[in-house]
Amino acid sequence: MIGPDSVPRLARGMRLREDAARGRWVVLGPERMFVPDETALEVLRLLDGARSVAAIVDDLAARYDAPREEIAADVTALLQELAEKGVVTA
Amino acid sequence: MTAEAAAMRQDAVPAVEPPLALLAELTHRCPLRCPYCSNPVALTRPARELDTATWARVFREAAALGCLQVHLSGGEPTARRDIVEIVRAAAEAGLYTNLITAGVTLDAAKVAALVGAGLDHVQLSVQDAEGAPADRIAGAAGAHARKREAARLVRAAGLPLTLNAVVHRQNLDRLPALIALAVELGAARLEVAHVQYYGWALANREALLPTRAQLDAATAEVERARAALAGRLVIDYVVPDYFAKRPKACMGGWGRRFLAVSPAGRVLPCHAAESLPGFDFPDVRAVSLRWAWEESEAFRRFRGTAWMPEPCRGCARAEIDWGGCRCQAFALTGDAAATDPACALSPHHHLLAEAVAAAGEAGFTYRRMGAGGGGDDG
Ligand code: SF4
Ligand code: SF4
Repeated sequence: MIGPDSVPRLARGMRLREDAARGRWVVLGPERMFVPDETALEVLRLLDGARSVAAIVDDLAARYDAPREEIAADVTALLQELAEKGVVTA
Repeated sequence: MTAEAAAMRQDAVPAVEPPLALLAELTHRCPLRCPYCSNPVALTRPARELDTATWARVFREAAALGCLQVHLSGGEPTARRDIVEIVRAAAEAGLYTNLITAGVTLDAAKVAALVGAGLDHVQLSVQDAEGAPADRIAGAAGAHARKREAARLVRAAGLPLTLNAVVHRQNLDRLPALIALAVELGAARLEVAHVQYYGWALANREALLPTRAQLDAATAEVERARAALAGRLVIDYVVPDYFAKRPKACMGGWGRRFLAVSPAGRVLPCHAAESLPGFDFPDVRAVSLRWAWEESEAFRRFRGTAWMPEPCRGCARAEIDWGGCRCQAFALTGDAAATDPACALSPHHHLLAEAVAAAGEAGFTYRRMGAGGGGDDG
């Protein structure tokens, strides 16, 4: 389960890269590809294998005009979903 | 086709989207002899295989065209002595590199070299959950034990692993054990792939088609395991055509998402298409990948919906499943331009139920070089 102290990162074999031909970013994995929406892309870019979920939420809370609890809930749910899909490990 | 008809046809063909993935069939050589092998019955001789430099050019052209991934396949791709250079060329072109291997030729040094060259992921095939039946299907003694060792080496090198289990009448009952094997070997993903019946598999259909009861048990098992293993193992599974009411969007539609290059350099909309008659598939030694994708008649023929016959024409699902699989349509009806018989609306749909009813105990025809006439064989 993803919690505030989890330190998530892209799972080995997953790559976040620009898809220049289509003007977007994608997460590439074996036989699968995710096109992150704007929020997910923000979060994915912050995954460096050092920052905790709490630190990621702090970063986003400082930049976006939304209550911290709301951001924390969204980020946790997103990372949980990505972890279940094998995109992210923590 | 007259110039006028060609112009009209051009109007009906939508703007060409770039492909997402390239399937590079590096060789048809393989130490195994699976009776469902998706290689064409007429296998390509090693002397006709593309060289390293040509593959490197193909990778650069594929990336420039919009491909994000390359699947390095075969046959057994590591049967090529230049496999490390090939992986390096693909990685340098910026492609996500996936090695699709039977695993029996891998050792620690080879795995380390592949990792060093930039390999992203390994997809390892297994024929069954246990040694004896697996080796019988592979037609090679000791193969399963070597695959287990290959999986260990891949994981020890830190590479993510997908296990690919081709399932059919003779191993579907051991699906729980296959799922357990995927967990034991440290795979993050398990692909449970039902045999697709063209080429070698069509010749072995009687021996391979499962029963409805087997299929239902397997589907329930996948659902159970998906829930139990959420977050640990991703299971890819699709109900097979012979038991479906609607076809799959084969390759995401002809010439829409994927392209394949055969060992001898033919550019194909799918790896099985080379067996379709009446096609002049572009030769990558003679033309660019872009021309093959955007301009060649072979890629345009079944692209979009303008080519569709009844009942696909005007069907609400025409742009969802794109009329299904052209190779299956040809294999079952003799007409590559027919609606895929997997669709319940096809006048040939009954052929599938008849094949299921006819399946039973039958021997295998193992794949071998020199079995087919014509094609690239010889
Ligand atoms: S299906 Fe079997 S025989 Fe065919 S290439 Fe794969 S491992 Fe080799
Ligand atoms: S009729 Fe054609 S387009 Fe419609 S569901 Fe069947 S195969 Fe798909």
